[in-house]
Amino acid sequence: MRVLKIAAVSAAAVMVLAACGEAPPEEGTGDNETTEAEGGDDDAAEDTEAAGPDNSDFKACMISDAGGFDDQSFNQAAHSGLTAARDSLGITIADAESNSDAEFGPNIDAMVQQGCHFVIGAGFLLEDAIQAAAEANPDTNFGLVDSGFSDENFAPVEIENAKPILFNTSEAAFLAGYLAAGMSESGTVATFGGLPIPSVQIFMDGFSDGINKYNEDNGTEVQLLGWDKEAQEGSFAGSFDDQAQGSALGEQFISQGADIILPVAGPVGLGTASVAEGSDTKLIWVDSDGFETTEYGSLILTSVLKHMGPAVEGAITETVEGSFSNEPYVGTLENGGVSLAPFHDFEDAVPQELKDKLAEYEEMIKSGELVIESPNAP
Amino acid sequence: MTESTTPAPEPTPAATSPAPEEDPRSGAAILRKIVGGDVVISFLAIIIALVIGGVLIAFADEDVADTITYVFARPTDFLGAAWTAVSDAYIAMFRGAIFDFQADTFNRAVRPITESMTFATPLILAALGVAVGFRAGLFNIGAQGQIILGGIIAAYIGFAFSLPPVLHLFLAILGGALGGALWGFIPGILKARTGANEVIVTIMLNWIAVYLIAYVLTLGKFNASGTGLRSPQVGPNAAYPPLIPDFLVPGNTFRLHWGFVVAILATVFVWWLLERSTIGFEIRAAGANPHAARTAGMSVGRITVLTLVIAGALAGLAATSQVLIDRGSLTAGVAATYGFDAITVALLGRSRPLGTFLAGLLFGALQAGGTLMQSVTSTPIDIVFVVQSVIVLLIAAPPLVRAIFRLPDPDAPPKRARAAAKEAAA
Repeated sequence: MRVLKIAAVSAAAVMVLAACGEAPPEEGTGDNETTEAEGGDDDAAEDTEAAGPDNSDFKACMISDAGGFDDQSFNQAAHSGLTAARDSLGITIADAESNSDAEFGPNIDAMVQQGCHFVIGAGFLLEDAIQAAAEANPDTNFGLVDSGFSDENFAPVEIENAKPILFNTSEAAFLAGYLAAGMSESGTVATFGGLPIPSVQIFMDGFSDGINKYNEDNGTEVQLLGWDKEAQEGSFAGSFDDQAQGSALGEQFISQGADIILPVAGPVGLGTASVAEGSDTKLIWVDSDGFETTEYGSLILTSVLKHMGPAVEGAITETVEGSFSNEPYVGTLENGGVSLAPFHDFEDAVPQELKDKLAEYEEMIKSGELVIESPNAP
Repeated sequence: MTESTTPAPEPTPAATSPAPEEDPRSGAAILRKIVGGDVVISFLAIIIALVIGGVLIAFADEDVADTITYVFARPTDFLGAAWTAVSDAYIAMFRGAIFDFQADTFNRAVRPITESMTFATPLILAALGVAVGFRAGLFNIGAQGQIILGGIIAAYIGFAFSLPPVLHLFLAILGGALGGALWGFIPGILKARTGANEVIVTIMLNWIAVYLIAYVLTLGKFNASGTGLRSPQVGPNAAYPPLIPDFLVPGNTFRLHWGFVVAILATVFVWWLLERSTIGFEIRAAGANPHAARTAGMSVGRITVLTLVIAGALAGLAATSQVLIDRGSLTAGVAATYGFDAITVALLGRSRPLGTFLAGLLFGALQAGGTLMQSVTSTPIDIVFVVQSVIVLLIAAPPLVRAIFRLPDPDAPPKRARAAAKEAAA
């Protein structure tokens, strides 16, 4: 009896479940397989069919730093350039995440071995590994986001087959600083970084200059906490993932009267946002437009954008077209590599006069009339 | 672990009276169980972990996700896709860890096994340190911090001085071992003198080491780059030379270096220490029953300090294999997660020197294989961590493994005895 019952129930279940999903026609699966270049890259191969150009014999590869490609920040932005290049150029892609510094070298080597034509390292920390791989594999091209190359004495060097992808974010951060100084009611604004590295400090330098410019123009005394451009010293969270540090620094700045904070620390800034919520404190986000990428849109005055995706995509396009050069790409306001995001919710709150002034300075920077000096500039 | 470590020169009543029945749930008892586990259990744990890893690989695969929507309409598609995903991943893992049969040159074909050995070197060394602690009944969670301290000192000797070839490397290695030993000495002396719990002290010292290295990297000589992230590179004389000479495999690009030989020597040393030396006998005695060891006239406090110093020195050696390499330099990530993986490796190796060595090789191979698996089949490398973690979980729970494979429990009294006990109770 019991056996019969179970059999009946399972038969019914199979019938019901079978109705849930319809199997695709048999031929469909066979077709795809013939066009696939390699077992592991099915989706890439399929995409090439949809897009126009077919460069599926070109392989671009990317290695993350310890953050991983789903960090909603730096790595993710760089990776978006890789996937965009796959869609627009029809190339094949591969990627690998590193969990520790010891994995950079082996990951890059694995990419070179599987025939990547262009290998991109995301982040300052991969400098040594990319450099070593570029020297060992002169026939492969390399790219490095956010850092140039240097020899053992830390003097900058050029490598024939490796291209640094850099961003002069101080230009956009200058505008953010000017805006922050103009919008601050308490007369105190603040910033902090993730780690004291050039690609972080350059934001803080520009921000500091923007505030000083505002003070100069208007005779105000808006004060900046967390960064001293002269001494190149300031507040740092010590990592790019410890949100508790972001909260602690945020609390500290708010208690000192800061009403606009610029966290240059990726997801650490989310910790700052959580303590800013409920107070009158506003944030300026970095890298991506925080209004869209975070859940704290209503707190975000603007964002200092670093268009890593398009820069990476551009470098790949160049290489696919056979015009690879080891000349560094430097993103600026002029070439659209960096910019200031829209004000979104604060569009009406920012006075027209201030907007005009920002537009004026933006033009001056673009034309080269105003140069933002920074010891961290690429 | 449960005993108090008040130094008692004359026998106390507690020590002279027969040792009380130990609570089977106490830390030391559990530790002894794990250490005394069976090779079979370790082996089966690996198998189960690989199977679970396979299931996860299948579910992470996009093709499998597509076919599962109509699994009841045409199950062959689903099974085929799952099989392809899992076999592709494990084949890539084999190619990355042992032998790459798709490589163009002999050099590339044998490179994977050397990569596995390279990854295994720090794991073996640090795990030996943890294993020595386990044998003495000490939970040394501090390998992470001990590696960091060893790395700082080894790197400093490596880049700050310019010495003749062999001497420079030797001094740098010694420095690394001393750095680790210092970081092991602190919890050792605290436990011996004050009875402080070594688990808590070593965990806290890990954090102190993490912040210490971040600070050290911003100091004068360490911070030549001005970024506070990376020290200068160690001198060429302070780097381990490549292990496979060029005439053996011409034009090789192997990363494998003499640090692996240090790992082998350390394994032999630990075997000799534990199995043949007086100190080793004392360590094992203290681990088996500290009360009895004290009664026998051994100074448990001295053994505790010595054990943790040796453990720290071994972890410090692990750091040298990361820092003292061609173009090696000190970064905040020098210890990666070796200190914690070492605990796993020591458990899997059941705290025996040879077992730890083999377990280290296995974990090195998983790491090396995972790298290729990730880049070729885009399987997330996290699968490797899952496999490693499941192994530990199962090792720590032998009854579970026995239940899965319906193995008898060696500790359980025979059936007849049990029945008799029941009758007596009734």
